[in-house]
This record gives sequence, C-alpha cells and structure tokens, in this order.
Amino acid sequence: MKSPITSDDSFTRSAGRQLARYAFIAVAVLVALMYSLNFVAGLTSTGAGGAAGAVDVENNEISIYLREEPPQMNSMLATDAVSGMVLGHVMEGLLRYDENDQIVPGMAERWEINGTRATFHIRENARWSNGDPLTAHDFEFAWKTALDPATGSQYAFIFYPILNAEAANTGQMPLDSVGVRALDDHTLEVDLAQPIAYFDKLVAFVTFQPVQEAFFNATNGRYGADADEMLYNGPFMMTSWVHGASLRMVKNPYYWDAERIRLDGINAAYITSDSNTLLNLYKDERIAVVDLTAEMLEGAMQQKWQLDRFMDGSVFFVDFNHREGRVTGNLNLRKAMFLAQDGNELVDRVIKLPGYLPAKSLFPVWLQGVEKTFREEYPAPESPYNVALAREHLERAKQELGLSEIPPLVMLADTSPVATISSQYYQEVFKRNLGLDIIIDAQTFQQRLAKMDSGDFDIVLSGWGPDYNDPLTFADLYASWNLNNRGRYNNPVLDSHVRVAQTSTDTKTRMDAFGEIQRILHEDVAYIGNYERGRVYATHPQVKGVIRRVFGAEYDYTGAYIETAD
Amino acid sequence: MWQYTLKRLIQGVITVWFIATATFLAMHNVPGDPLSGERAMSEAIRANLEARYGLDKPLTEQYFIYLGNFLKGDFGISFAQENRQVNDIIREHFPVSATLGILAVIFAALGGVLWGALTALYRNRLPDTIIMFLVILGISVPSFVFAALGQLTLVNLNAFFGVSFLPVAGWGTVSHMILPALVLGMGTMAYLTRLMRSSMLEIINSDYVRTAKAKGLPPARIFTRHQLRNAILPVITVLGPAIAAITTGGFVVELVFAIPGLGRYFVQAVQQLDYTVIMGTTVFYGAFLVFMVIVVDLLYGWIDPRVRLQ
Repeated sequence: MKSPITSDDSFTRSAGRQLARYAFIAVAVLVALMYSLNFVAGLTSTGAGGAAGAVDVENNEISIYLREEPPQMNSMLATDAVSGMVLGHVMEGLLRYDENDQIVPGMAERWEINGTRATFHIRENARWSNGDPLTAHDFEFAWKTALDPATGSQYAFIFYPILNAEAANTGQMPLDSVGVRALDDHTLEVDLAQPIAYFDKLVAFVTFQPVQEAFFNATNGRYGADADEMLYNGPFMMTSWVHGASLRMVKNPYYWDAERIRLDGINAAYITSDSNTLLNLYKDERIAVVDLTAEMLEGAMQQKWQLDRFMDGSVFFVDFNHREGRVTGNLNLRKAMFLAQDGNELVDRVIKLPGYLPAKSLFPVWLQGVEKTFREEYPAPESPYNVALAREHLERAKQELGLSEIPPLVMLADTSPVATISSQYYQEVFKRNLGLDIIIDAQTFQQRLAKMDSGDFDIVLSGWGPDYNDPLTFADLYASWNLNNRGRYNNPVLDSHVRVAQTSTDTKTRMDAFGEIQRILHEDVAYIGNYERGRVYATHPQVKGVIRRVFGAEYDYTGAYIETAD
Repeated sequence: MWQYTLKRLIQGVITVWFIATATFLAMHNVPGDPLSGERAMSEAIRANLEARYGLDKPLTEQYFIYLGNFLKGDFGISFAQENRQVNDIIREHFPVSATLGILAVIFAALGGVLWGALTALYRNRLPDTIIMFLVILGISVPSFVFAALGQLTLVNLNAFFGVSFLPVAGWGTVSHMILPALVLGMGTMAYLTRLMRSSMLEIINSDYVRTAKAKGLPPARIFTRHQLRNAILPVITVLGPAIAAITTGGFVVELVFAIPGLGRYFVQAVQQLDYTVIMGTTVFYGAFLVFMVIVVDLLYGWIDPRVRLQ
C-alpha cells in the first residue's frame, strides 16, 4: 500500500526536477574542478608521467616498467634484482657479462690473473658522467668502503677472496691491509687470499662497481638516494627519479663504448608488480616488454605476439632439516619422500607456468662445464617415481627411528602463489603415497628465512639464485660452514670436494668435483629438486636486441634498438 | 566547546600513543627482522648492520629512543630503502594517496547523495529497483575486482577506438586519477546511497514535511530545505571516517594502477618487516584517522546545534 504522501506524483516530479538540476550542477562543478586541477598539474608536472608510448621513434626512446622501486642505488649496499637491473644500465664494473653471459672488458681494457695476484688496466678514456676521468682509485675506494664495518654492507662477503678482506670487514684488521691498491690512475692491483678460478666473474658483480670518493663525500650520506646524488659511468645515466612512480635514463655521452648503445633514452614509466596491469599496459602500447603468466599465454599466441623464453637462473628445492632430533635427519625417510613425489608432475600439471623446468639437479641446465654445459658433461642422476620402493624405505626409517608412526612434519613455505600450490602438492602426495601428515606453515618471505635460520621446520620450500657464473655459486650451498645451509646438512666428503673446487684453478678438476658433489647430494637426498625458474615474455614488434639472462643487468636494454619500417 | 575540543584532542593523543606502543611490541614479536635476507649473514656482518640501525640495543631502550624521536617528529630511515627518511616517504607519497582518496570521496558523496535521493523519491519503482541492485553489487564486490575490470574495459575501449581515452595506469595528470578514484569510491558510493535512501525515507514521512506541504510551500523548496538538508546529516557523519578509510585503504587500487601512494609502502613495509616504515606509517595513519573522527564530531556540532549542548 502506498502512503498518501508518496502517491503525490506532482511533488515527486517537482522534487525530481530539482534533483536533476543538482545533479547537473554537481557534474558541471566536478568537470570544472578536473580541468583546473589538470591545468595546475600541467604547470607542476615533471614530465615523467608515462604519457609516452612503448616506442618513441622520434626521440629514439622506449618505455618499460619496474617491478618495484629500486630499494638501493648505492652499488656498495645493493642486494636486490631491481636495483641490480638499473645499476647494470647506469654503472659498469671492471668487467661485464656480454649477451652470451661471457666475461668481456668493461672499465678495464685488459687484465691478468696469475695465482694470487690480479691486475686490472683501466682504459684511458674511462669517464664519469660529469666528465671526470675514472681511475683505479675509484675502485679501491668503493671496495674498501663496502668492506668497512661501519658501512654495514650485506654483500661484503663477496670480497672475502681478497687478502685480509674478511678480517677487515669483521674489524680485526684495518682497511688499509686489504689487498687492493691503485698503483696509478690506470692500474688496479689485487692480492687474493688464495688462487681462485672465477675471480674475473666475481668482479662483474654489482658490489665491485666504482664510486668516486669526492662525489660520495659531497653527498653527505645521501649517495644513491636521488638521480642527482649519483655519478654514473655506465652506458646510461639517470636524469630523473620520481620515487615510486618513474625513473628515466638517457644515453651517457662519456661512456667509453657509446657506439654500442643505440637507444637515446629508457623511460621506466611504471612501477608495479601486478602482472595483469603490466599486460594491460603492454596491450595499450605503453611498455615495450612484458612477462607472461600461464593464463596469459593462450591470448598472447592468438595475438601472434613476439614471444621468447629464458631461464632466470634460480633453482627451487625442498630442503630438509638435518639438525639433531629431527626425523628428517634419517636417510631412509628422505629417500622415501624423494621417491614418493614426481618432479615432472609438479612442474607440468601443478605449477604449469611457462618456461619452468623440473629441477633434476642442484646445478641448473645453463651452467657452463669444461666444454659443453655442465649438465651435458655430468648428467643429473635419474630420479624415478617409485611408490612401492618409497614405502619400503619408509618402513626402514620407522624401524631405525624406533617409531610406529612418523609424527606430522612441519613444511615451511612462503606465501607466494607458486610456493602455496607446491606445498599443497607435496602435502597431498606424501599423504597419499606414504601416509605422512604434513602441516603447512606459510610465512612471509622474511619470516620464512628467520624460521629457517633458527631451525624451526622439518622441511622447507626454498630456493637459490646464483651470484656469479660458476657452478660453485650452487656447489658450496651444502658445505658445512655455509650459513645459507640452513638445514645444517653436514658431510665431510662433500666439504672436501667443495674445498677442491674453491682452491683449484684447473677447470677439469673443478668440474669433476662439482660432478661428485651432484652425485653425493643425490645419494644422500640432501634436498628434493623442485623446479628451475623460467620466464616467457613478449616484446614490442619494433623493439629488438633486448636481452634476458641470468647475470648482469636483467632485463638488459643496453643493446636494444628500435627497428623502423625503412 | 573549547573544553570539549581539548578533551577530544587529549584522548586522541593517548590513542595514538597506544597505537604506537602496540605496533612496536607486535612488530618486534614477529619472527625475523628487517635485516634478514636470502643471503645468510655472518655474525660479523649482522653485527655491523645491527649497530648501524641501533638494533643491538635492548628493546626497552629502542622503545624510548623511538618515542623520543617520534616526539621530535623523526621516524628514522627506512630499512628497505636505505637512503630514504620515513618522513620523506610520508611527505612524498601521502599527498598522492590523499588526492586520490579525496577525489574518490567526492565521487562517492556526490553519487551517494544523488542516487540515494533519487531512489527515495521513486521508491519501489523501476529506478529504485535498478539502482538498489547496483548498490548491492557495489557493496559486495571488492575494489580489486572493480579495478581489474575497469582497467580491462578501458584497454579494450582504447584498442577498439584506436584512441587513448584515459591512461591505463600511472600517475601524473588528472586523467590518470579519474578511473582509480571512481573504482576506489565505488564501495563507499554504494554504501552512502543506501544510507541516504533510508535517511531520506524517514524524513519524507515526517510530520514537518507534511506540515510544509500543507502550508503549500513550493515542492522544490520542501525537497531542498526540509528533506535533503536533514537527510544528509548521517552521510556527513560517515564522511570523515570514509575519507580516512579510503585514503589509507587504497593499497590494491594503488598497486593495480601503478600509483605511487603511501598505501603501497605501508603494505610493503609490513611484508618486509621494515620497522621504521611500519612505525611511521601506522602512527601517521592512526593519527590521521583519530584526527578525522574529531573533525567530524566538531563539524557535526556545527551542522546540528543540538549536539553541541551535550
């Protein structure tokens, strides 16, 4: 029943008209407000708003995205991939990785490494972005500052092969005692604690990049905080950095090999990690390159996009807790779990991400061996899926442990989508095939690491990314003294092979040692291989020469160029 | 009035202190700390870092140092972005969140009042049914769905017509703000529509409206002066907290549209256990929320004189 008042149609009509008038005024005011705001914004705009398209042929520039704001542009302190990517474009060390991941000259035009003495000859035309000559002193300063305990650099350990570096970093010896000296402006001499086979590869790492002392001191502790608080020596230099929003790099006229660089500018116009947003930006021709997830692949194929894949270098695995008192210290239990899961099934049916490979070894497929790849010369041990055998091992494990049932195991994992789905897969197969109960303990990345350090887990979904292009970056992971060996696996035989690999300079001897390490880790089931991470990405049809890789800047746009129709 | 204001401000300060203390304790009781990274650190390196950040001191001492700095208005340096003051992060990124939030609230308030009044006028008729259906949708669908759908629609529109109507993502001009603000304000707009409708319906049936009609006042005037003005009161009440909630809760929208707002830093800081940024943003947001509630209370007294008497 309508009340008498609401049935008052003429009132409703008049009131409705009034309301429409208000609505009109509201919209008009809003539009006027927007226009005036836009005008004001236009006056104050820095020009870096991402207005340009993916490819700007006229200015010879491309636009790209960054996954996150670079946390640290001070090369002595940087630890993450995004900072490493930007630093790889605006800075250059003594040596660098080329497009085939091989070491080529950078700031040093030539170098000799003989035993414990390495000598780098800095090129005459090496310049900073303000025109100052770049000298051997800039390297000596950067390395010693990074080693200074007061600097608190997390990556200081990467210098430890240098004589007295560790002692200086722990405050036991003065910085002057560190084995690095600039003999003159163009000669840098390094004394090593012992001969190492891969020192040239280490030197290409971000932490080894130069810093000019005078400029560093002039920034009053703000070195690397803003675009103008840095001095560049790489192919590009940063001209603007709007925190959280955008970052712009232009070609560095003082770069020694400027002819190699074909782009005049790179706009990192968007900073977000949302993969759908990035796909939309790519579709809207706002960014030149985009990574694809599994569900985007079909659409991309239909659109006939230029797709490529690459391995990003990281290996993921299930780590066991080998500490005293943990049932996972039992070899038969580990064997049972290893045999009860199927790596191929995990990658092909569960994770289903393009480019991923099952991790059959701790040593990923792309590592270089003596002549061919390491894995071609030292094939990964077979890993058959065998439930019957797995159950036998489980029975033996129960006898050895004196348990009628294995207690529920805590599986630590982080909260990323892949870790979540993988941990559920393992929970399911271990229950189905072995009757084991797995309790998943999902933590944020930081808290997972903290719990790993304190040993608060039975098994953990873990991973490792390489620091330098040598199998040792993976091989020493299970050495008893390595702090990254968070499951505290301890095997003196393995340790001795790691020592051989560390100290020998003969390639064949070292590769044999790595082969042995691969075999021992497999026989001991030190871990269960999970996957090697790969990525599939689409590139704008006009953009060529973008490099995706394991080492150095990743993405690498230093060799990129725009292909024009004519 | 002044006494009342002063009392509310003191209460506010105590609330903020409580928030700060609770956050400090909770943060330090979570496993791990901002220094832990994928590469395990030797004792020596960790000691270097702890000394640099003052984490080597006892917790109570850290607490008082932190409170002291906080009184001086210094939140310290971010752990994750080691060159940036937390104060700078707030100063640079809060205006972005606030601009977006205020725009969203303007959209939400204007839309809510207009749609609410419309549905009340035409209640149980077709406009009412359609709008109320959309309102239910707006309240129940989370903002990230709207954000993703809105962006996808825009990309397809841009592609179909071959012109760029609005930017897909990014920040810098007003055109960058329109879609995110609409998306961000959607839920609030729906909520305000419902609020306005029920408040309006109550007033439509009230005695003074009947009297006004009986006196023969022009309908447009009755609608504006007697109905709209009174019905809008509850909307204004929730507006203050809504501004605070929208400004502080735009994390997902900021992420989807690649907007350099403070919400992103806030959530990232929690994930990375970036102590100083967690403390800074939480205290800042807490103070902001408390302040907005006080402002609304005072504003309410101004609009409705009866409140002031209490």
